[in-house]
Amino acid sequence: MTSHHDPKSQASKPLAATFAALAKDGRKALAPFVTAGDPDLDTTLAVLEALDRAGAAVCELGVPYSDPIADGPVIQASYTRALASGFTLEKFFAMVRKATGRVKMPILAMVSYSIIYRRGIDRFVDDAAAAGLAGLVVPDLPLEESEVLDATCKGANLALVRLVTPTTPPERAAEIAKRSTGFLYCVSVAGVTGARTDLPEGLVERVKWLRTKTDVPVLVGFGVSTPEQVKLLSGVADGAIVGSALVRRVGELAAEGPEGVARGVESWVADLVNAAR
Amino acid sequence: MPSPLSPPLPAGGISQVPDAHGRFGRFGGRYVPETLSAALDQLQAAYDEARADPSFQAELDQLLAAFVGRPTPLLFAKRLTEYAGGAQIWFKREDLSHTGAHKINNTLGQGLLAMRMGKKRIIAETGAGQHGVATATACARFGLDCVVYMGSEDVRRQEPNVRSMRMMGAEVRPVESGSRTLRDAINEAMRDWMGSVETTHYIIGSVVGPHPFPRIVRDFQSVIGKETLLFCQKELGRDPDCVVACVGGGSNAAGMFYPLVEHKGIRLVGVEAGGRSAKPGDHAASLSYGNAGILHGSLSYVLQDPDGQTADVHSVSAGLDYPGVGPEHAWWHDTKRVEYTSVTDAEALDAFDLVARREGILPALETSHALAWTVKEAARRPKEEVIVVCMSGRGDKDAAEIARLRSLENGGAHA
Ligand SMILES: Cc1ncc(COP(=O)(O)O)c(C=O)c1O
Repeated sequence: MTSHHDPKSQASKPLAATFAALAKDGRKALAPFVTAGDPDLDTTLAVLEALDRAGAAVCELGVPYSDPIADGPVIQASYTRALASGFTLEKFFAMVRKATGRVKMPILAMVSYSIIYRRGIDRFVDDAAAAGLAGLVVPDLPLEESEVLDATCKGANLALVRLVTPTTPPERAAEIAKRSTGFLYCVSVAGVTGARTDLPEGLVERVKWLRTKTDVPVLVGFGVSTPEQVKLLSGVADGAIVGSALVRRVGELAAEGPEGVARGVESWVADLVNAAR
Repeated sequence: MPSPLSPPLPAGGISQVPDAHGRFGRFGGRYVPETLSAALDQLQAAYDEARADPSFQAELDQLLAAFVGRPTPLLFAKRLTEYAGGAQIWFKREDLSHTGAHKINNTLGQGLLAMRMGKKRIIAETGAGQHGVATATACARFGLDCVVYMGSEDVRRQEPNVRSMRMMGAEVRPVESGSRTLRDAINEAMRDWMGSVETTHYIIGSVVGPHPFPRIVRDFQSVIGKETLLFCQKELGRDPDCVVACVGGGSNAAGMFYPLVEHKGIRLVGVEAGGRSAKPGDHAASLSYGNAGILHGSLSYVLQDPDGQTADVHSVSAGLDYPGVGPEHAWWHDTKRVEYTSVTDAEALDAFDLVARREGILPALETSHALAWTVKEAARRPKEEVIVVCMSGRGDKDAAEIARLRSLENGGAHA
């Protein structure tokens, strides 16, 4: 799956090891997305531990942003709640440092380039690496603008996970697939994040084709919410990303406190993990 | 052959931007989700093709003449000049355009582009409602479906424009997220576009957003500056000394300034919304008080907190109530080709009253910012000098809101 002679894979060791272990067991990756700081960072820490116990392969931790144009109402609302409750990057990195000391699943930050740019690329990447993050997913940074961040991430052994979408022309998709490190994020639909009931037409073929274009695993996200969908995707992809459905769950359970949220999330995610094979 | 409405631009130097990546110096670029990349490439290609096609410019020029009423006149503001007691003040009358503001120059151009790309559905954001009205107008004229996103706070304070949009068949979708103003309307329009990009064109309303929007909107608005230069040279026999425009996203200013930037003797001044005070959250003056940052797909000056979260902004004028500004203005700011300054809500409201009473024109509240600075400055300049201010729009849309604000000031009894 990952070519160990390739110097690029240096940037994604913990991820590579995770995917190799899954492959050995004949399993696929279940990759949950949660919003950091929703409703507060203590809850997020408890949720991360619960996800790890439930067997999640990797976790994407959403960094709240005031103007997330790629996100649907569920994740937008979670960002708004997190920012309203006093989220800052300092507190975020402190929480991540605790989490990465306690869990075995690699954690990546899903973060707007606006936030990275404002902090300074070097400083953001240093902070991310120091906190133990395995990589970054930057949903608003297309290939053309990514040279500097790419080089900086490589220097710090952080993966820079790239996204391909249904509107990406084939040649460009191949280029993105080639340059992605850690894994490749295949966005299932043209649109914003949000749970959907069906998997879109043509997705299976697209994923199969993408897997021939890259050495890194291909994970599918946007709209995945049920064990049935995860099972279906596991037939073609290396894993599935579950976002809005989990974020909604966290929001619904918020009143029960960190432990309550963690409990509710753990059993729900365990069912998804079981379907990922 | 260039038409009379589009005289050729001077070549070289500061006007030779953006580069192929949409960069104005370090500013601009394209920071968007991958889903939109292909559509922006398509738009770029369609625009390059259209520019090379004389029939495109001919069709646009014809619409600008017969539908919009171009060229718009320059008016000597005699009684305002007397009041200021210094330099001569002239108005470039974009307020006389069809739909009452400069915004129509851009929406007709982009509407024609949408049709070239075979897209039949149009989305737009609007703050003051002028861009929404101009988009609804172009769509009605061209037979395109039209959805306009507008912050619910702006729906309230620019109600007459909401009515006009609906009358022309556009669907107005109030946006309830965030500050319920222009910035949130752009977010919502972008989200719509994420899911509809293959059949829909997004007519962005200012020189903001990802490449190639800042360039396209600037080019379509450049007719303002070209006409101004032509008029001054022909009728006054000279270049103006100073040209002033208000800056929200910066489209009327960019359209006015771009054809003039190589005329080094002309002083160019952009006026931002100074709001209630210089305190963060009290104004919307990104160039005056902001930092380099990314918002809505391009790198420019933005009002953000140190974590990169967009700051709250305030302006009495819905069209200037925006935490960012077009990347070309950031470039002109850093190269010092254009001076940027700001005036407060109160100064803008006073200028509104002054121009209403002394010139018989209700200016838009956005425009009133440029007017406020102009009156102050004219008083300091000699009588031989000529200041042209871009009268970007008419103020009918603001009359009810201004009356409400005035009655609040007077104790609120009649509010
Ligand atoms: C009359 C008028 N002037 C100016 C503006 C500000 O926009 P821009 O800075 O893009 O010209 C608006 C925006 O709504 C407007 O309606």
